[in-house]
Amino acid sequence: MNALKQILGGNTRQFGMIFALVFLVVFFQIMTGGLTLTPDNVINLFNGNAYVLILAIGMVLVIIAGHIDLSVGSVAAFVGIVVALTMRDWHLPWYVGILMGLVLGALIGAWQGFWVAYVGIPAFIVTLAGMLLFRGANQAVGHSNTIPVGADFQYIGAGYLPEIGPNTGYNNLTLLIGVIVVVAIIIGELRARKAKAELGGEISPVWVTVAKLVLICAVVLYATYLFATGRPGTSFPIPGIILGVLVLFYGFVSSRTVVGRHVYAVGGNRHAAELSGVQSKKVNFLVIMNMSILAGLAGMIFVARSNASGPFDGTGWELDAIAAVFIGGAAVSGGVGTVVGSVIGGLVMAVLNNGLQLLGAGADQTQIIKGLVLLAAVAFDVFNKSQGKPSFIGLLTRGKGKAASPEVTADVVPNSTSETISHSA
Amino acid sequence: MVPTSAVILEMNSITKEFPGVKALSEVSLQVKANEIHAICGENGAGKSTLMKVLSGVYPYGTYTGDIVYQGNICQFKDIRASEAAGIVIIHQELALIPELSIMENIFLGNEPTRFGVINWREARRRTIELLARVGLADDPDTPVKEIGVGKQQLVEIAKALNKSVKLLILDEPTAALNESDSAHLLDLIRGLKSKGISSIMISHKLNEIEAVADAITIIRDGKTVETLDVAADGVDEDRIIKGMVGRTLESRFPDHTPTIGEVFFEVKNWTVAHPQIADRLVCKGSNFNVRRGEIVGFAGLMGAGRTELARSVFGRSYGKYLSGQIIKDGKEVQLRTVSQAINAGLGYVTEDRKTLGLNLLDDIKATTVSAALKKITHNMVINDDEEYNVAEDYRKQLRTKAPNVDEGVGKLSGGNQQKVVLAKWMFTDPDLLILDEPTRGIDVGAKYEIYGIIQKLADAGKGVIVISSELPELLGLSDRIYTIFEGAITGVLNKDEASQESLMKLMTAAKKSA
Ligand SMILES: Nc1ncnc2c1ncn2[C@@H]1O[C@H](COP(=O)(O)OP(=O)(O)OP(=O)(O)O)[C@@H](O)[C@H]1O
Ligand SMILES: [Mg+2]
Repeated sequence: MNALKQILGGNTRQFGMIFALVFLVVFFQIMTGGLTLTPDNVINLFNGNAYVLILAIGMVLVIIAGHIDLSVGSVAAFVGIVVALTMRDWHLPWYVGILMGLVLGALIGAWQGFWVAYVGIPAFIVTLAGMLLFRGANQAVGHSNTIPVGADFQYIGAGYLPEIGPNTGYNNLTLLIGVIVVVAIIIGELRARKAKAELGGEISPVWVTVAKLVLICAVVLYATYLFATGRPGTSFPIPGIILGVLVLFYGFVSSRTVVGRHVYAVGGNRHAAELSGVQSKKVNFLVIMNMSILAGLAGMIFVARSNASGPFDGTGWELDAIAAVFIGGAAVSGGVGTVVGSVIGGLVMAVLNNGLQLLGAGADQTQIIKGLVLLAAVAFDVFNKSQGKPSFIGLLTRGKGKAASPEVTADVVPNSTSETISHSA
Repeated sequence: MVPTSAVILEMNSITKEFPGVKALSEVSLQVKANEIHAICGENGAGKSTLMKVLSGVYPYGTYTGDIVYQGNICQFKDIRASEAAGIVIIHQELALIPELSIMENIFLGNEPTRFGVINWREARRRTIELLARVGLADDPDTPVKEIGVGKQQLVEIAKALNKSVKLLILDEPTAALNESDSAHLLDLIRGLKSKGISSIMISHKLNEIEAVADAITIIRDGKTVETLDVAADGVDEDRIIKGMVGRTLESRFPDHTPTIGEVFFEVKNWTVAHPQIADRLVCKGSNFNVRRGEIVGFAGLMGAGRTELARSVFGRSYGKYLSGQIIKDGKEVQLRTVSQAINAGLGYVTEDRKTLGLNLLDDIKATTVSAALKKITHNMVINDDEEYNVAEDYRKQLRTKAPNVDEGVGKLSGGNQQKVVLAKWMFTDPDLLILDEPTRGIDVGAKYEIYGIIQKLADAGKGVIVISSELPELLGLSDRIYTIFEGAITGVLNKDEASQESLMKLMTAAKKSA
C-alpha cells in the first residue's frame, strides 16, 4: 500500500481522490456486471459531465481566491439562449456563435467582477443576484421557449473525432491522442526525475518510477481502447477534448504563472499579498470574469449536446461545480485547491451518478447519496486535520516515520479543509 | 499555603514529534510555587511547543512523557481541561477579537449567565474589577482594536485572571511592547507572584528575563540544556546566551565601518491622513533622507506614526495621501501602488508578519519568491527549479530552521517565519529596504546574523531604514536616527550624538522651539 502511494505521488489528498475514483469505478463495474466500463457508457459519462467539469475548473480558481460563484448555471443558460437565438435569426456560422458566446460570457463576468473587485460587494451576494438576473434574462430573451441549434454547432457538444487514415478497426485519431498522452507522461516524469536529481532532492527508486509509469500508461491506454472501439461513428468526444485542453491550460496557469500564484496569494492572505505588490482587485476581477467565460462555454456545450437551448438549462449546476471543487480538496476559506483535484472531484461525482443510474437507482436516491458523499469527503478532511491524524486513506497507507499528517498549525490555525497547499496542479 | 520551595509543576521527559520534525525530545521542566520561571532558547528550540503541550493545545496522547501538576498526573484533552486546572496560556500571537469590546473579549467563552441569558451587569462589574487589577483604566466597552498592543496584552492577562489562573504561561508577552508597556507588564507579573500566581514566561528579551525571573530553563534543539537559579547562580545575560547558543557572544553587533555615499532617497513634506478619519494627520509634513550605504533608524513610541510613515511611502499602502514628494536618485517619483514602489526599488518588511507579511498556507519557497516573481519567470512561466534554488540559498544564508524549503511557513517557529519574510524582501533586491521591527521575536544569535545582513546590504550601496522600539538596537545599528513624535519628525541625531536619553527626549516631546 505504501508503495502504491509512492507510485501515485506524495500528495495524500490527491492520492485519496484518485483512490476513491478507482475504487468507485471498480465497485460499479462489478455491481453492474461489467456495464460501467463499456465504450458507450464511458463516452456518455464524459459527454454528460463535461460542462460540470469545465465549471469546476473556473470555480476552483474562484474558491481559491476566497469567493464563490452562484450564478454559473444562469449565466450558462443565458449565454446558451442568446447564442442559439442569434445563430437562428441572424444565420451566423457556428464559429461566430461560439466567439460571441465567449465574449458575452466575458461581459457578464466583467459586470460581476466589477461589483466584487472594485465595489467590494461579497461575491456571494453579487452572484446570487446574477443567478436571479440571468435566469430571468434567459426566460425573457427566449420567451421561455426552447430554441434549437444547427447540426454544425452541435458538434462541440455531441461530436466525435472523425475517422481518418487507413481502416484499422479503431478510431485512428483517438489512438494517436492516446499515444501522445502516454509519451508526454513518460517524458514529463523522466524530466522531473532529472531535475530533482540535479537539485539534489530526494528521488524515488527506479522501480517506483517504472511502476508508476506502467500503471498510469496502462490506464490511459485502456481508456484509449475503450474510446476507440465504440459504436461506429463514436470515438473520443469533442467535449472531452475541450475539457482536456482546459485542464492542461488552467492547471499550468494556476501553478506556473504569476497570475496563478497571485490567485493563491490573494486567497491565502489578501493583506500580505497586497503588501507584496499583488493587485488584489485585478486578481479578483479576473477570476470572477474567467468563471463567467467558462460558464458561457459550458452553456454552449450543453446546448450543443441537447440540440436546443431551453429555459431551465443549467439549474443547479453551480452546486455540482462547487461540490466537485470541495470534494477535490479546496478550502472554504480560500487559498487552497487545485484544478486537477477539482476535476477528479467532479469525476467522482460523475461516476457515482452514472453508476447509480446503471444500477437503477432513482433521482431521489442518487441525490441523497451524492449529498452524503460530499459531506463525508469534507468531513474526513476536517476530522483528520483536527485530530492531527492522517486521513482514512493515509491510515491505510501509513508508512514508517513519515505519516502524512500535518498538524494544525501552531500559532495560528488557518481554517482550511484541506491538508496543505499544493501548487502542483 | 504551599511552602515557597514546593514544586508545583513537573514535566518529565516530554517528547513531541511533528511529521519529519522532533520538536521536543525528553524535555523536563520543574516550576516551584511562587516563582517566575523563564524559558529561553533559540528560535525553533521548542519553547512554544512545550507550552502548548502543557496547556492542552496538543492533547494528551499526541506527546509522550508526564505532566504532574500539584501532585496529580494531568492528561489534558484540550485547553479547557488545563484551564479548569488553573493553567492558562497567553499565546505568542494575541488571540483577542478586534471587533469585540474589552469586556466581551474577557468573557468570551466564559460568559456569566443567569437562566441561560448573559448577565452583562455582572460581567461589567467583574470587568471593572479585573481591569483595576491589571492597571487598565479604559472603558470596558472600548473595542479591542482601538487600544494599543500594550493594553491588549493586559486585557489578555485580565482574561486569564478571570479564569482563576494559578499558573500563567506567557509566550513572548513583551515582543510587541515598548519599554514602558513592558515594564508595566513585568511589574504586573511580579505582583501576581506575590499573590500566589506563578508564571512561566518565554522571551527573547534577555534583560527582562534577568530582571524578573527566579529560575531559567534553557532549551536547545528540543532538549533541556540546564536550569539556572537566578539568585543563587548569579545569572546574567551573557550566562543565558552561553546556555542558549553553546558559546559566548563577544558583542551584540557585528563590527562595521560604514561607507556612506550621497543622498539618493528623499521624502519631502510628506503629509498623510488617517484612512478613516480625514482630519487626523498621521504624518505631518515629514522630511527625511537616506544616503547610499547608510542605515537610518526611526525611533518613536508605539503609535508615534513610524509604521504609518513607512507604509504610506511604500506605495501609499496606508492612509490617505495629501501632499509630499519622493525623490529618488535626483528625480521625483510617483509611487501610487505597492507594485510601483517595488519596481522603483523599495522593499518593506512589515512589523506584523502574521496578518500582513505571510500567507500561512504557502511553503517557504513560494513565500521567498512571492514579491519578485518576475525574476524567476521566463516567457510567462515560473521556473520551479530556480524558485527552489533561490529559496534554498536564502535558507542557508539566513540559517532558517526548517527541514527543507517545501515546508509550510505556518509550521515554522515565530523567529524562523521572520527570516523567511526577510528572505522574501532581500530577493527583490531593493535599493531601499525598510525594516519594521525586524528582530521582533528573534533570538540573540539570529539577531546578530540579521544585523550582519543589514550591514552587508548597506555595504552593497543600498539604503536601509530600521524602525525599532528597542533603543539599544537602533543605537547599535544605525548611522543616523530620526525621532518621531505624534506623526512629526522631531529630530535627527548622528550615531555619535545619540544616546538613550537624547533619543527619549526627542521621542516624547515635540521640538521645544516648535
Ligand atoms: N504544527 C507544526 N508542524 C510541524 N512542525 C512544527 C509545528 N509547530 C512547530 N513545529 C516545529 O517545531 C520546532 C519548535 O517550534 P516552536 O514553535 O516550539 O519554537 P520556539 O522555541 O517557540 O521558537 P520561537 O522563539 O521562534 O518562537 C520548530 O522546528 C518548528 O518548525
Ligand atoms: Mg515560539
